[in-house]
Amino acid sequence: MSDELITADEMLTQIDHKPPGKGWMDTPVNIRKGMYCYASNPKSVEYLGLPNARPWNPMEDDWKLPDNWQEIVHNAFKDRLERFRSFKVFMDICVRCGACADKCHFFLGTGDPKNMPVLRAELLRSVYRNDFTKLGKIMGKLNGARPLTIDVLKEWWYYLYQCTECRRCSLFCPYGIDTAEITIMGREIMNLLGLNIDWIATPIANCYRTGNHLGIQPHAFKDMIDFFVEDIEEVTGLALEPSFNQKDADILFITPSGDVFADPGTYSCMGYLMLFHYLKEKYGLKVTWSTYASEGGNFGFFTSHEMMKRLNSKMYAEARRLGVKWILGGECGHMWRVIHQYMDTMNGPADFLEEPVNPITGTKFENACNTKMVHISEFTADLIKHGKLDLDPSRNDHLSVTFHDSCNPSRGMGMLDEPRYVIQNVCKNFHDMPANTIREQTFCCGSGSGLNAGENMEQRMAGGLPRANAVKHVHEKYGVNMLSCVCAVDRAALPALMEYFVPEVEVCGVTELVANALILPGEKERETDLRMEPLPGREEES
Amino acid sequence: MNVNYIFSLIVVLALFLLAYVGVEAAGLQWLFGVVIPYAAVLIFIGGFISRILSWARSPVPFRIPTVGGQGRSLPWIKPNPIDSPSSSGSVVVRMLLEILLFRSLFRNTRADLVEGDKLAYRLEKWLWLFSLLFHYSFLVVFLRHFRFFLDPVPGCVQLLETLDGFLRIEFVNDAIQVGLPGFYISGLVLLAAATFLLLRRMFSAQVKYISLSSDYFPLFLIMGIAFTGIIMRYFLKTDIVAAKALVMGLVSFHPVFDPALTKSVSGVFYGHLFFVCVLLIYFPFSKLMHLGGIFLSPTRNLPNDTRMNRHVNTWNYPVEVHTYEEYEDEYREKMIEAGLPVEKE
Repeated sequence: MSDELITADEMLTQIDHKPPGKGWMDTPVNIRKGMYCYASNPKSVEYLGLPNARPWNPMEDDWKLPDNWQEIVHNAFKDRLERFRSFKVFMDICVRCGACADKCHFFLGTGDPKNMPVLRAELLRSVYRNDFTKLGKIMGKLNGARPLTIDVLKEWWYYLYQCTECRRCSLFCPYGIDTAEITIMGREIMNLLGLNIDWIATPIANCYRTGNHLGIQPHAFKDMIDFFVEDIEEVTGLALEPSFNQKDADILFITPSGDVFADPGTYSCMGYLMLFHYLKEKYGLKVTWSTYASEGGNFGFFTSHEMMKRLNSKMYAEARRLGVKWILGGECGHMWRVIHQYMDTMNGPADFLEEPVNPITGTKFENACNTKMVHISEFTADLIKHGKLDLDPSRNDHLSVTFHDSCNPSRGMGMLDEPRYVIQNVCKNFHDMPANTIREQTFCCGSGSGLNAGENMEQRMAGGLPRANAVKHVHEKYGVNMLSCVCAVDRAALPALMEYFVPEVEVCGVTELVANALILPGEKERETDLRMEPLPGREEES
Repeated sequence: MNVNYIFSLIVVLALFLLAYVGVEAAGLQWLFGVVIPYAAVLIFIGGFISRILSWARSPVPFRIPTVGGQGRSLPWIKPNPIDSPSSSGSVVVRMLLEILLFRSLFRNTRADLVEGDKLAYRLEKWLWLFSLLFHYSFLVVFLRHFRFFLDPVPGCVQLLETLDGFLRIEFVNDAIQVGLPGFYISGLVLLAAATFLLLRRMFSAQVKYISLSSDYFPLFLIMGIAFTGIIMRYFLKTDIVAAKALVMGLVSFHPVFDPALTKSVSGVFYGHLFFVCVLLIYFPFSKLMHLGGIFLSPTRNLPNDTRMNRHVNTWNYPVEVHTYEEYEDEYREKMIEAGLPVEKE
């Protein structure tokens, strides 16, 4: 974490939710260190064939834009109004009732009034009124219209990369105005000028080429999984043999590459391997991993609809090539919004796959009969419900667990009870956070939509403040020491957030908890959990 | 002082004076009583339809409902059919609750930092309550005015008047005796709710910060409509028979130019009518179009069922992809070395 970062207490005492006296249109943007991510690397932009690849720095005056940038923006804006009803309607119908204002984690954490969702949208609406409405043209500033200047563009860039597209505001809006849609369009338009951030552009370039955000090449991907196999052997005494790119497999499994790479996601990755080993040994189910489609996440979604489609295409392409029956997806947030709300529309129909049926329980996943991709929590919940997993929940007795609903699985697909059912069957101590901070009202981790970089730590901590505050509450009230989630960005982002606000709480994926409790056929008496930490009471016995 | 609401207030006052003086001093009854009302209705209908059509022309490429509850999943997991609708019927229920009861606004909370470092959320229903009162009282007032448009007055309008006038306001004591039998509660509620919404805009720091002239203007205008209506009914005792004769003339496309009739309704009547005309003209070009827009909001009017039912994007176009063949060509040797299966040895 950066040395210059203010302390958690300082952050909390600094917050002032009262806006200044001076109007927002008269307050120029102040791009502040720690609150933005570095500009995209031109090599990545070029590799993807995206416009205006060049080195640039947001702190410098000259952003090296194409000469006709205003024309590009105007035309791109118009094109998107004509292609997306959401964008057009949301530009027109906001009444500025203010219900969304204090629903945004970035506003709650920073007090910056331009982080109120309504104002974030007004940054674009003001230009929309000027360029596309009669009243705006006649009345100008009095009607909230203003021309697109370079300062306005910089303001767009700064604040559209302070929105994590979590859609919490959209839940409370009486018209369902979704700031994520506005941010998505704004970022898409800015990408035409080459205004992206590197934490998004480079992972996309990697993913396009190697199949995953981290740029892990096929042989290295296998190596990394092999490390987990060694660790699992140490914990369970069993040597697993995961399969890759296997053509006669029943199911293709795709999960975010972040879980292959960094703790604590790695423990969830080990969990997947153990679960699939169990299902193979017990029931003969063949699950394969792909190195080509080795990324569940899709940072293309944070760039443009087109980029999202380009990356997502690999899932169906690989399932078709391998000839599997259906696809199983690991724990990830925005990956699941893309799969649930976009994939079939973009890259379907998946008529070469079968309607997903769990061959072990016979359950038809009717909710996935068209897209043919099932969430690991749905799959695991079904196995547990039918008593198909041998579980020893006491192996999680040292944990007191709460669950962070990730924005996309909750507000993008409504997956709320499945992970809770799984958790409550694999550990005994579970406590939900307060009602206004979970399920459909859940707060973002503060680092979603490609903002989990290192240089914007203050922004991330401020954005994660409402989440951390709720965790702190259950930590103090119930002694919660483990924050579980079904999202790889969460697993990358929340540990830093916890360290900052509630250092006593660790972060894990749900499948890690499952694997801790799962009794593999022929395993040795476990003395540690997957983190190699001793299981209380087990050492003495052995 | 804030230029946004001062400006809007001045405009609304000026509009009233324009009509009042235009009629009382310049004798422009034909303009304010005939030409402008017809033009206003035409602009309203034309503008409203063209706005709806312009929204409808843009396709809905993706099915992006904001899910507000447990989705349909495994058979033993109880779904929330209203907030996560998976069928058209459920979507209709969700939309009806949204449009008739402002369900999303009902969820509203208010976040505060308490004890220095704890974020607390409490229910905040005032906005929901006053918005609901505002819209429904406006509806009742609107429907009540059908007394002026229809002859004979339909039974349902009379019933509405009876119900609306059921609550009488009477102050009776030794010193003062004010009785207003037949007082319509809707007019007062409309004025009170609009006042609440206005004061909220003027004094709630966050809402004030985001408010534009175009937020104050319709509020002042509607308050002007309610105020002039109340003045005419209870204080000026405007000649209702004459007013109705004028309005019926408009409705039947036989405008009345009888000086005796136009004289017997006051300039305030023309101010009232002009306010309504301005509202109609302003409506299609403003945020008031949320009336139509809510029906077309893709986060509310679509089912959460995309993994179950295919949604087609009419402009879906092929994109450049990195194929498996290209991938294997680049990494074939490394893959073979690592023991990974390949297509071409």
